[in-house]
Amino acid sequence: MPNINDILIMLPELYLVVAACLLLLLDAFMKPEQRHWLHWLSVGALLMAIYLVVAGQPAQPVVAFGGMFVRDGVSEILKAFALLSTALVFVYAKPYLIDRKLFVGEFYTLMIFAVIGVMLLVSAGSLVTVYLGLELLTLSSYALVALNRDSQLSSEAAIKYFVLGALASGMLLYGMSMVYGATATLDLANLHTAAAHTGAPKLLLFGLIFMIVGIGFKLGAAPFHMWIPDVYQGSPTAVTIFIGSAPKLAAFGMAYRLLESGLGDLSHHWQQMLAVLAVLSLAIGNLVAIVQTNLKRLLAYSTISHMGYLLLGLVNAGPEGYASALFYAISYALMSTAAFGVILALARAGFECEEIDDLKGLNQRSPWMAFLMMLVMFSLAGVPPMFGFFAKLLVLQAAIHAGMMWLAIVGAVFAIIGLYYYLRVVKVMYFDKPVEGSELKMQADPSVRVVLSLNAISLLVLGLSWGPLLGWCKSVFPG
Amino acid sequence: MFNHLLSLLIWLPIVGAIPVLLAGSGRPNVARWTALLVAVLTFVFSLYLLSQYNAADSAKQLTESHMWIASLGVHYSLAVDGISIALILLTTFVGILVIVGAWEVIQNNPHQYMAAMLVLEGLMIGVFCATDALLFYVFFEAMLIPMFILIGIWGGPRRVYATIKFFIYTFLGSIFMLVGLIYLYLKAGTFDLQALAALPLSMKEQSWLFFAFLAAFAVKVPMVPVHTWLPDAHVEAPTGGSVVLAAVMLKIGGYGFLRFSLPIVPDASEAYAWVVIGLSLIAVLYIGYVALVQEDMKKLVAYSSVAHMGFVTLGIFIAFMLVRGAGNMDAAKLGMQGAMVQMISHGFVSGAMFSCIGVLYDRLHSRQIKDYGGVINVMPWFGFFYVFFAMANSGLPGTSGFVGEFQVVLASFQANPWIALFAAFTLIIGAAYTLWMVKRVMWGDIANPHVAEMKDINGREVFVLGAFAAAVLVLGVWPQPLIHLMDSSVTQLVQQLGNHKI
Repeated sequence: MPNINDILIMLPELYLVVAACLLLLLDAFMKPEQRHWLHWLSVGALLMAIYLVVAGQPAQPVVAFGGMFVRDGVSEILKAFALLSTALVFVYAKPYLIDRKLFVGEFYTLMIFAVIGVMLLVSAGSLVTVYLGLELLTLSSYALVALNRDSQLSSEAAIKYFVLGALASGMLLYGMSMVYGATATLDLANLHTAAAHTGAPKLLLFGLIFMIVGIGFKLGAAPFHMWIPDVYQGSPTAVTIFIGSAPKLAAFGMAYRLLESGLGDLSHHWQQMLAVLAVLSLAIGNLVAIVQTNLKRLLAYSTISHMGYLLLGLVNAGPEGYASALFYAISYALMSTAAFGVILALARAGFECEEIDDLKGLNQRSPWMAFLMMLVMFSLAGVPPMFGFFAKLLVLQAAIHAGMMWLAIVGAVFAIIGLYYYLRVVKVMYFDKPVEGSELKMQADPSVRVVLSLNAISLLVLGLSWGPLLGWCKSVFPG
Repeated sequence: MFNHLLSLLIWLPIVGAIPVLLAGSGRPNVARWTALLVAVLTFVFSLYLLSQYNAADSAKQLTESHMWIASLGVHYSLAVDGISIALILLTTFVGILVIVGAWEVIQNNPHQYMAAMLVLEGLMIGVFCATDALLFYVFFEAMLIPMFILIGIWGGPRRVYATIKFFIYTFLGSIFMLVGLIYLYLKAGTFDLQALAALPLSMKEQSWLFFAFLAAFAVKVPMVPVHTWLPDAHVEAPTGGSVVLAAVMLKIGGYGFLRFSLPIVPDASEAYAWVVIGLSLIAVLYIGYVALVQEDMKKLVAYSSVAHMGFVTLGIFIAFMLVRGAGNMDAAKLGMQGAMVQMISHGFVSGAMFSCIGVLYDRLHSRQIKDYGGVINVMPWFGFFYVFFAMANSGLPGTSGFVGEFQVVLASFQANPWIALFAAFTLIIGAAYTLWMVKRVMWGDIANPHVAEMKDINGREVFVLGAFAAAVLVLGVWPQPLIHLMDSSVTQLVQQLGNHKI
């Protein structure tokens, strides 16, 4: 029987479930013109959840519900940033949703449920919780992608996402069943001991491979990346921005839970597999991004390459490597929300601002937005002193430390190749003349302006002082 | 405040760029004057830095160190020696002149131009101060961003191609250095340059690291065969961009060799010194001939920069042959000193040459040599400066161009007379391409009716060219203060060359 202690440990999640239900009810009784209250209440609910997460952070890892749910440093930091990036998404999305007549309560409720999925997933103490959290996240995401029901592109993206996502979930579940068959336990902590005892029987390795496929799919690592470009492009930008942020943190959490908490003793097996995924992601992501003309698709391929870098950190399979991968995931979530935030801020009714050429001459029309986007692009490209550079530095260091110098060199080479397409965006904004009659203007909404500016500037500030965040990331992975 | 003099020098221009940027495109004069004020203040502080520096002491001075990233043990640590100070002074001096030089010339968003220049200046000073390898790398790379913008927005017709090529080329070189630095960090547990210099390394490790460093700095210098970005970048960059690029940024490559290759991988540097010396001679000879056939003035000066920078790398690496081969410390010191003097001198001369070409370009909007001819008839004052700088560029005694080249040739002669012979060819080729350009641009009859309408230089341009001319002349006639400033640092560097690490 769950006792009060279990409930207290899970308080942030439970609170958010209640909040989401209340928001859903509230929405039903609200007049459409009152809906901006719903917006701010949702943002407030997320901020409150961040407070509950951070304030209730336990000094030692604690488990609830018989080991199903773990609350430790890793889960707390991931939750805090997942909630934060979702709050950013809400702020950036509002004008976009209003312009497209998509400003509905479902958007908020679905997204909050997706975040609850993220929180469950990163706190998973058993294979069952991993799967539950993952499904809550993905099912909500499928619906969000299809939010714009009248758009053919959106529907196509949703179907693709659903079919491929279901396939990946199936693979993951199949892998889990094999692992269960080999060790007779679903609990990750017990799994760890069992795997250490049994060594590496074929059945366990067989299960591991399928789980890697599932993780690869959720991360969007090549060759399981096929869904990313279509979903990024097809979804309404207000949803793409979400898919590019919190779920990436969740995917890192899932990889950490399954591979380290569960199968850490098999690391010399999965290190090799992850190295292959990393190289493929770096190559496909960076090379294909070069030829893109659609900004959202470009960012989709850039995501794939960034997941390759994140994998460089995981390949290390030590506390230092996990810390660097976590740092990378956080930096990516912040960069990605800022990048899509700029697109959202420039889009308006009838103008999606999703082609690279749509940004032509942005510096003439709105120098501040161009400056913010430039910060984001240089950060994504990994040019110092931006945040993204230090994230890359740490994962390269993790790879070299793991004795994979070749992998670090591959990472370095693809950083150069990747640089080209980020520079191209800066080029279009700064060096090209604006198209006559284009409506390139900044959204007037002051909350978007302020928050987006803070988000993009934070990439520079965190680049100049990334010590505390790195310290936090390192502290949650005790050696 | 003066406990943090180096930080002040770095951050004053960078922070000063914010009010310049805020002045906006609507108030260009506010932006210009603010930028000038910041640049002058920075220069004044750099003079104060010079007065605080004790040239007799070879140790790094005015040290500042704060923990930057505690969990990695990375420090924000700055310090200077004589070599750094000379380069910092060059940077702040040129910093004023490019802002004055761009005064009315840049009409499109002058506030952004000035701000980018100031940020660039601060970052370059940072490169010369950093004593932590990661901090150095951050400044080294961050420099690319303002330069990318400068060339891309205010450049010529092929500016986009040139600026992307510039960025990617430089990034390509330096990222391998980054991998090398991470490797060193994992071995030494620190990015501190002094600790890295003391770290024992096997020959195999040193060789890999040597080539990683070479990739970064050879691109920056630039050395043959990775120099191809330079003519493009120079031709397309606005005048101020070319001046900064030639006067300061190229020096960072030479400076990098001093701070990284020599102390950290001395044995590999010795073993592969022939590579660098060979490439330097190719730069001096072959690039000299390439410069001869250029039809674009900026391209000609760009190629001549490559040739002159060949002397810098030659002077640095010939020191290895002298110290380790013959044990001839004096000659090694002479070569190293020559390389340093050549860096500073080339900073002034190339900056002046590009400023001259800028003056011509502002009037005729052409850089083609064939469009000019007989300019001296309509612009006598300008002609005076132009011919003077051309003489300096070809290494005429009495100008700064002569001092460094002479020292390097003298040192090379003691290592190997053949090297000296080839290096000395530059005096002929350099004179050939520079003077031939002068002949076609300045002398003769006015062939182009537009040339006849050109007005002589105004007060602002006289100021810029006059300042450069004074520097070139003083350094040429009386190089002693500069040599004295760097003397103890160079001596210490040469002594370090003898340390084996294996």
